[in-house]
Amino acid sequence: MIKRTLAAVIRLATGVRKQPASTLPDGPVIYFANHTSHLDFLSIWAALPPTIREHTRPIAAKDYWNKSPLHRWIAASVFQAHLIDRNTSARTDNPLEPLKQILNKGNSIIIFPEGTRSRYGSPNKFKSGIYHLTKNNPKIPLIPVYLENMNRILPAGEFLPIPLLGQIEFRPPIKLIDGETKNNFLLRAQQSVQHDDQ
Amino acid sequence: MKATQEFYYLITGVIMILVLASIVGYTLSKKVTTDKARATVDNLNARTRSWWVMVLIFTVTIYLGHWTTVVLFFMLSFFALREFITLNPTRKSDHRVLFWTFFIITPLQYLLVGVQWYGLFSIFIPVYAFILIPIRKALAGDTTKFLSSTAKIQWGLLVCVYFVSHIPMLTKLPIDGYEGKNGMLLFFFVVTVQASDVLQYVWGKLLGKKAIVPNLSPNKTWAGFIGGIGSTTIISSLLWWATPFKPWQAAIMALLICLAGFAGGLVMSAIKRDLRAKDWGNSIAGHGGFMDRLDSLCFAAPLFFHITGFYFGSGIDPTPPEWVYSFMGK
Repeated sequence: MIKRTLAAVIRLATGVRKQPASTLPDGPVIYFANHTSHLDFLSIWAALPPTIREHTRPIAAKDYWNKSPLHRWIAASVFQAHLIDRNTSARTDNPLEPLKQILNKGNSIIIFPEGTRSRYGSPNKFKSGIYHLTKNNPKIPLIPVYLENMNRILPAGEFLPIPLLGQIEFRPPIKLIDGETKNNFLLRAQQSVQHDDQ
Repeated sequence: MKATQEFYYLITGVIMILVLASIVGYTLSKKVTTDKARATVDNLNARTRSWWVMVLIFTVTIYLGHWTTVVLFFMLSFFALREFITLNPTRKSDHRVLFWTFFIITPLQYLLVGVQWYGLFSIFIPVYAFILIPIRKALAGDTTKFLSSTAKIQWGLLVCVYFVSHIPMLTKLPIDGYEGKNGMLLFFFVVTVQASDVLQYVWGKLLGKKAIVPNLSPNKTWAGFIGGIGSTTIISSLLWWATPFKPWQAAIMALLICLAGFAGGLVMSAIKRDLRAKDWGNSIAGHGGFMDRLDSLCFAAPLFFHITGFYFGSGIDPTPPEWVYSFMGK
């Protein structure tokens, strides 16, 4: 109930519409999106139909969400986020292993393959995580999610949002093609979450 | 406002028209065969359904009085400005000034309508806000496209907020012998503008061939213009009994409102065209966004307000409310 209210508030504030459940697959899915604002995962979370939302876990940065007990509580209890360490030199185990376990349990995940918010309109170069993830889980659909205007509503470095209308587009799934190189795949994935004109 | 006999007549009239439109729409939807005609009829029915909702909200707020009317138009301005700024690409350095625009300037303008401080209401945006916006932008230090991005924000504020805020101000325009009935003046204004929109659309669909400005809006045809404005002028002049006007005065006022409404719609379409958008948004089924319904109100509102005030008003008081003086210790 509280979560549904929160989702409705997020949709009202960002202008995104709820996605009809019939347009999304039932089983586990990897949603990946362009990343320009703190609102990105909130708006994807809010746009998902409630039945799917319950089984979807955003993957977020540990350095941000571990800052305070409140941050930790919000990440864990409200959004059921899974936190990963962005500091590559400090981490010892494979960060993709827990994601694989989440998917194996039948849950979906939301990832931002750029790793950080881009400061400009078009997405930054994708990190290779998404490639390894789909290579190891080839049966799980990879759904590009294009987010528009989130960086105008709440740009990086600003604290207060302004009430512009954002948009969310769940695009047709993409697949790793047999024999495709890592770089080609990453570039194609990146292009799938760009603005149509680019 | 006092719900007079006339007010109930007005509402009954509008509801009867909507009932008729719903019946016609339903009959048409049973008859159409081609896909193109079906799309037109579906759009017509979506529009009628939205009209029911809009008429309901509008009537209830006017009935409840001044402050609810102020809040309703504040929300309309806010959502229209939201669409206007969303479609107009602004720069990241505009973020803070836009925050001011949405959350401070816009509510303050409607607060001035609420407390009836006409003197400040009429200059707050064109003087104070227009000075504040470029200052705040200059302080942000981004000089790229400075004038054009300042102008975009100022224009949005002028059209979506300043012009529209004249509509609720009508509820307190002093007119001798018309005290307590101003809600109907507001009703007359909004009904005229919206009827003109609908009738221009209908006449255009039925007979429209030659567009007035083909490059800008192929749907605005001469037949729609003449038929729509002519029929609205006649219909609205028949509502003279609800206004402070005589029948011929009501006809002139209605004609003026229709012409200004047409001009507003034309100018807002030019902006939309330039931004390569079909509609301002998709919040109202069949109509597009809030701005798609407000576009013809925005130019007509200040004109109607001032001309009515000039010819029929008994002088509007520009001085601040009492509490402002006592607050200043004067």
